Parts: sequence; C-alpha cells; structure tokens
Amino acid sequence: MNEDYLATGNNGVEVVRLTTDVAIVGGGTAGCFAAVTIKENSPQTEVLIIEKAHIKRSGCLAAGVNAINAYLNPGQSPESYLEYVKKESAGLVRDDLVLSIGQRLNKVTEKLESWGLPFKKNEDGSYLERGKRSVEIIGESIKPVIADAVKKSGARVLNRTVATNYIMSEGRIVGVYAFSAREKKFYVISAKAVICATGGAAGIYKPNNEGAARHKMWYCPFNVGTGFAMGLRAGAEMTTFEMRFIALRVKDVMSPTGTVAQGVRARQVNALGEEYLDRYENRSTPMRLYATVAENKAGRGPCYLDFTHLSEQVNIRLKEAYLNMSPGILLKWADEGVEPNHRPLEICGSEPYIVGGHGQAGYWVDIFRRSTVTGLFAAGDVVGGAPKKYVSGCFAEGEIAGLAALQYIKDKHTAEISPEETEAELTRVFTPLFRDRGPAPDEYEERLQKIMDDYAGGISANYELCEAKLLKARELLLVLQEEVNNKIKARNMFELVKAHEVTDRVLVARVLVEHLLYRKETRWPSYQERVDYPRRNDERWFIFVNSRFNHENNSITIIERPAEGVVTEHAR
Amino acid sequence: MPVKVDKNLCNGCGNATEPRCVRVCPGDLLFKDSANRCAVRDPRDCWDCAACIKECPRQALEMYLPVQIGGRGATLKAKSEQGVLSWFLTKPDGTTETFIIKTRTEKSQS
Repeated sequence: MNEDYLATGNNGVEVVRLTTDVAIVGGGTAGCFAAVTIKENSPQTEVLIIEKAHIKRSGCLAAGVNAINAYLNPGQSPESYLEYVKKESAGLVRDDLVLSIGQRLNKVTEKLESWGLPFKKNEDGSYLERGKRSVEIIGESIKPVIADAVKKSGARVLNRTVATNYIMSEGRIVGVYAFSAREKKFYVISAKAVICATGGAAGIYKPNNEGAARHKMWYCPFNVGTGFAMGLRAGAEMTTFEMRFIALRVKDVMSPTGTVAQGVRARQVNALGEEYLDRYENRSTPMRLYATVAENKAGRGPCYLDFTHLSEQVNIRLKEAYLNMSPGILLKWADEGVEPNHRPLEICGSEPYIVGGHGQAGYWVDIFRRSTVTGLFAAGDVVGGAPKKYVSGCFAEGEIAGLAALQYIKDKHTAEISPEETEAELTRVFTPLFRDRGPAPDEYEERLQKIMDDYAGGISANYELCEAKLLKARELLLVLQEEVNNKIKARNMFELVKAHEVTDRVLVARVLVEHLLYRKETRWPSYQERVDYPRRNDERWFIFVNSRFNHENNSITIIERPAEGVVTEHAR
Repeated sequence: MPVKVDKNLCNGCGNATEPRCVRVCPGDLLFKDSANRCAVRDPRDCWDCAACIKECPRQALEMYLPVQIGGRGATLKAKSEQGVLSWFLTKPDGTTETFIIKTRTEKSQS
C-alpha cells in the first residue's frame, strides 16, 4: 500500500458532488422506465441515472431482443400469468409482485412500441404471437430506442460511472457513492431516494467457454451483482438466491433457444432421436433443462433442438431473428458450412446466474418495490420473488418503483453526508489502484469461479449440490474475500472497475452459498438440487429463504419468511 | 467473443476523444491507441453484442468466432442507416450474405 496516497489528499482523485431528487443505479430496462415514469408524472423532479457503461447499449439488451416474453395475448389475464409463473416455480413465488407485473405488462409493451420500436403484426394490426404470453418484435434497437425516450424525458445520465455503495444518514438511504470508469474521479451523489436497477449477476460460476470465448455467455457478463452487493452492505434483505437460473442454450455460442423452440416449434431430441421430454414430469422451463442434463448423464446425449423438417423459408426467418438478439450464431452456421435447418442445434445448460428476471433471486421488496431499507427502491432483474418477468416485467417494475419513489420524496429533504464516511469509501474504492503490487482482478475472478464450479453446483457437477461441498465453498470464499480485500491490484481504471466487480461477486457468492446450504430439500431441480435432500418437502420448505448481511462483522443471517399472504408494506 | 479492428479503415473518428465504438461498448473494451486507431483492450472480455460494429461509420470492425468454439474465419460486419441496419456475413469460402433489418418505425425517425 502506498502510504503517500492517504497523506497527500487522495493522490489526485477529484471528488465531485452532485445533488438530485431521485438517483437510479443502472440505465437498463427497469432503470430507464423508472426515469421516464418519474419525469412524465413530475417534470420538475430531478432524476439522475448512474450507468456503468453507456445507456445506448448497456446491459442485457445491448445486442437487442427478438421477442417480448411476458405479454398477455388474447385469452390471457394477469391471473393466468400468475398461475403460469407459479406452476413454473414449484408454487413458490410472491403472488402480489407477480400479479402487479401482470396487470401492467400490456400497457408497458405498447408504450415501448409508441417510442418507435418495430413490432411484428398480424393483418388486423394485432401483435404477432410467439406463444400464449409472447409476441415477436424487431428489437435490435430496443436499447437505443429506450435511451432516446430517457433523453426526451429530461432525466440526466451519468455514463461510464460505477456505483459502489449507498450513502446512509438518519437511518435512511440518502445517496450513492460512485467513481468514473475512465478517470480518477469519485462521485458523492445526494438523493432523496435511490432506485436500484443494476440487473443480476453473471460470472459467479465458471462459464461454459474458456480462453478467447470466456465471455461468450447468455447473460450479460458486465452484470456482476453490484446491486445485490450494495444492498447487502446496506443491510437490505435479499430473497431466494438459492433458486439460481440456468439457461438452456445453443451449445458454444450460448444463443437463446426460444427463437427455435417457440418460434419454429422445434422438437427437443436426444442422440437417439427420441423426444425425451415425455419421460419427465412436465415441460416447464426448468424441466426442459433438467431433462437435458439427465439425458446426458444417462449417456443419451448430446441433445438437440431439431427443426430439420422445416422448409428453407425458415432459415432466413431464423437468421434475421437471431441477428436482432444474438448475432454470433450466424457465424457458427457459417463456420460449420450449414444452413440452420441442415442439422439439429445442440443444446446445453449455461453457468448458473443469480437473477430476478428469469429466476427469483434479489431484493425482498413490498408491493411498491421498496426494499427493507428506507429510501431504497428496486426494480427489474435485481428484484426477487417475481420470476419470469423478463423485459416487459422489468418495465412494469420500473414504473411501479418510479411512482413509489416519487410519492416517498414529497416530504424528504437532502440530508447531510458524513465527511468521514465519504473519506472511508473513497479510500476503499481507490486502494486497489494505489497498491504497489498484488494479484490482478482476473486472477481472483477465475479463483472465485473455480471454487463455485467445484463446490457449489456448477456446470461440471451437473449443477448438483450437497452439504459437505457447500461447507467447503463457504470456507474457501471467506479466505478469498480476505485476499481480495487486502491484496487485489488494479493497474489502471479499467482494472479498478474489475476489482470492484470481483469484490461484489465474492459477496454475492458468499450469500448464495448460505442460501444453498439452508434449503434442505430439492425444490427446483437443476436450479436448486440437493443430492442429500432429493425430495421436495412442502410441509417444511414452502417458505422463502431470505438473508441479511452484517457489514460490521462480515456475517450473514438467514431469515425464513412465510410464502402465504401479501406483503403490502414493510414494517417500519 | 472477439472483435477485430481493420486499422486501414479505422480513422479513430478523427479528432474525437471518444470514438463511436469506444463510446458504446458495454464492457468498455475499446480504446484509442497511440496511432489514433481504435483497439480492443482484451478480446477475451468481448460479449459479442455487436454494438461497436453497428456504430462504426466506416465498417472498420468485424466479429468472428474464437477458434476455441469452432471459429474457422467467418466474419460479420454491419452498417447502420436511418431506420435500417444492414448485416454482411462473409463465410470461410469467401461467399457473402446480406441481411437488411428494420430498426425503427417511420414515426420515430422524424
């Protein structure tokens, strides 16, 4: 550690102080929708989005998306959406949250179209259905279109700025600390309310590919769980990390499969050509993955999506659909010298992700998307309890959180921020840059991923979990956390961002392991599958497993919450 | 998944301190090198979202599959125009395919 750094006024770090009414961490679908909602309802309210990348192409939807997978087509209702989500999630979801999303799905989807994103239409002008709850869009430019809407709304955006922690004062959240991804700048941002919309976490586990392809993954590799980690450090309650989300994807390129499975009704077959799903309990999303893992274990893999019976016309349609979301798959077909319908597509499971948009890991919130910490709201992939919300559900939660934050700030003033606390955070944030030497962020990231893959149900273990290995993961993660906190070295600003990404990932991994240890049953095969407790046990475990982190002594407490009953308001 | 910059086509967006590809990369993986050309910081970190490829006004960027997952030389380039995006796929044997995809409704382009 370079001692001069503390003695010479922050070693050239410029401190920038900003004030806003509402600060939003993350300029993705949820954050942008929250910003626009606030500005539409109250033009004089100041909104600042803190975005790690650039809002035009940040986060999950950087490449685009080719369907809105949560939309109520004719015959569907918010209640039938809830029923479907419950069925897919072994019955355990936050009914109140899911229903509130269902009630808004169509309105927010239509709003997206009004901003200028092209939708595929039937002759009568209605949306083209891809399934009961899905419509096809031409969504390559979804992110630029949303970014334009934010710009028009008058919300301010701070691009290339990395949030590090919430600021607490008078028992509530009063702002956000952040630093510039490009220059030695530290931000102290005062806000009357903060909305967390950072997205979930990839890269906790060893991914499918290595070397030059290590980031060839389904979920955005730049979503690292910072929102979870910031919430944990502030004492916010989290829920259901143990229901990891594992995506069934196209081998190697990790492209989504819905385009083929739903879009052109492919058959899911094993190496013997058998439609193997018939052998399993049902055809739910987790079961399609579990069945594929099981077929491979039984020696009947590889498994495929087979649409070779389809006409040549399907090829062009598929290529265009994938160009709008996951263009890399076209390179795969070109490199293999085949057209899409020439051969079945091999499928496999992804690394486990910690997300609230497909799975249900994240902040424990009430119906207004208020976290358990006063002044802190959350929306989108970072919110737990409401799986299968997808893009449009993130819009819906952004809207709900935006309106609730607007209501909350009415009688709030800008609070004083302790200079000592600011100094401490600045030191914490920049220390890796000013250390003389130490391992690089990448080295620790690979160490984390190895621990999780080896002991916490990664790809190499077919996602299976057991107590003894999880205890080993717990032990090794504590050691790793200690190492990272005291030794990590960033050679430049880019590596400083990565240093905080791995710091946050390690905390998320620690909390995840506690959740995995605590639930002693198998509720969501593959996502959460305990070989030492292979049965589902509704009598004992039809509950939410929640957690709280104590920053003072670095400890994690598990809290059980009943599954029944609507949590309309947190006790204050 | 890596992206390659054609140094003969890239002009670093002239005097721009932040060229267009550098501005949009969600992983902050591009930078301007000493020769005023854009370069990829660490190709291993690329997610393959193609944001940079679509953004480049000179089609100086292309993406390809890494050898580790079966790459054999096919490349993808793109060109953005108002309301439309063109993709150019070049196969290992040199043959090409072009796709033209709508990106915005007419209303939003005004």
